[in-house]
Amino acid sequence: MNESIQHKKLSKLIVLIILSVGGFFMVLPFIWMLLSSVKTDMEILQIPPTVWPKSFTLDNFINLFTQMDFLIYLKNTIIIVLFSFIGLFLNAMAGYGFAKYKFKGKNSLFYLVLATMMIPGQVTMIPVYLMLNMAHLTNTLLGIALPGMVGAFGIFLFRQFMSTISDEIIEAARLDGCSEFYIFWKIILPVSRPVLAVQGILTFIAGWNSFIWPLIIANDQKYYTLSVGLALLKGQHASNYALQMAGSAFMVVPIVIVFLALQKYILQGFNVSGMK
Amino acid sequence: MISFTDINITGLADWSKIHFIGIENYENLFKDPTFLQSIGNSIFYVVIGVPLVIACSMGIALLINFGNSWVFRLFRLIFYAPSITNVVAVAVVWNYLYNPQFGLLNFILHFVHLGPVPWLQDPIIAKISLIILALWRAIGVDMLIFLAALQGIPKAYYEAAQIDGANSWQRLIKITIPMLRFATFFVTVTTLIGWLQFFEEPFVMTSGGPLNSTNSIALFIYQNGFQFSKFGYAAAGSMVLFVIIILVTLIQFRGQHKQQDNQM
Repeated sequence: MNESIQHKKLSKLIVLIILSVGGFFMVLPFIWMLLSSVKTDMEILQIPPTVWPKSFTLDNFINLFTQMDFLIYLKNTIIIVLFSFIGLFLNAMAGYGFAKYKFKGKNSLFYLVLATMMIPGQVTMIPVYLMLNMAHLTNTLLGIALPGMVGAFGIFLFRQFMSTISDEIIEAARLDGCSEFYIFWKIILPVSRPVLAVQGILTFIAGWNSFIWPLIIANDQKYYTLSVGLALLKGQHASNYALQMAGSAFMVVPIVIVFLALQKYILQGFNVSGMK
Repeated sequence: MISFTDINITGLADWSKIHFIGIENYENLFKDPTFLQSIGNSIFYVVIGVPLVIACSMGIALLINFGNSWVFRLFRLIFYAPSITNVVAVAVVWNYLYNPQFGLLNFILHFVHLGPVPWLQDPIIAKISLIILALWRAIGVDMLIFLAALQGIPKAYYEAAQIDGANSWQRLIKITIPMLRFATFFVTVTTLIGWLQFFEEPFVMTSGGPLNSTNSIALFIYQNGFQFSKFGYAAAGSMVLFVIIILVTLIQFRGQHKQQDNQM
């Protein structure tokens, strides 16, 4: 018995070593990004590279905002995130509709929504662009935000969760004379908090990271989002790696902070979506 | 519909300029060496990338499932972290790591007395470099799916096997991996579709180069549609991609059903 415990300890040690090596390579790019973002232009082009920056400087971050238009990109990104939160709300309403109301063609409509999940983004990209162009929404922030606002996956997740809410509560509220919207706002949304949290986080991440639509729709630099701005920065300042690293750090660090703060909900979300 | 017309930048302004040209777009598409090459590249990504992603994420999930203390939870966080980050930002970072002169990777290689690797300059190595980056980002989500599946396996199976004298290797092969079948299938399909739609990484890092060797179908569609404004041509390309994805998914589902029938 003693031997088997020792055997177990040994294999645990080996597992931990393998994980540490793997984990090191996983975080290496992050660490290198952060270290490089505080180096000076001179230091970053040194051969061999210095591991620990000799002199810390925040110039790169300041340059992002003074010489580049990162402030505008940041503002645009935040606007898009806000739009996608409105979309989240619409998703919740649609999910509630599919879960709790009976109407003609409900099932076929729901399958239609699900079917849109199967179609890859590239297929709808060009038709949607042409439609937006007809509506004169290209090169506007609204045009960037609109296509991503509602999504089948969100509706699906909300529907799955909201079907588990008991009908009695809704009936009781109706008897008390509550309006339908009041029921949705005061009963359904608070009960759906777990899904709302997961979807909220995912929405934030998706909005913050959105790249391809802003890239296609925005011709004007004043409508660029952070991602597009960063891609542009990479093209314009190809050899100024310190500046590029600062830009990347500026995009990655907020997400990592949000993730660390809310990781409990995100990891839970996989169980919610796993239950379907 | 758009894929059957010759719509381009002038057609956008004046609808009367658009002509119905039948399947000409599709004919040209399959004569276009760039398109054929991007299909070839996408196949390369799928053939190398899908097994790699599955093997790595399943392996890490198995390792993390080994224990339940805070160390393992920390590792779960670490391996998941890359997948929530911004593709563009990490592509920029990796582009720097891959830099042949100033990059960290070649420096490390130099340190252990290996010659410099032309990460993004050689047509084949560039593809592999992009796969490494995408693998780094993909591990997190797939690992979580495998972990959830692992935790769903009833403990009783292992206890029974232990009583029957099965060693841990046999238990892994005979119980764990078969029980993960559904998760593996799910990850395979999503990863496959993901690789077929591979876009941001080649766009930011190589713009499809060198010599179109990293061009993916999705990038080809973007270039034609939004850089050259050949909307009809690009729409035809996207229809081809759509058909490929549907076909691949159907074949996968077929295979899955057959496997289940055999086991019955």
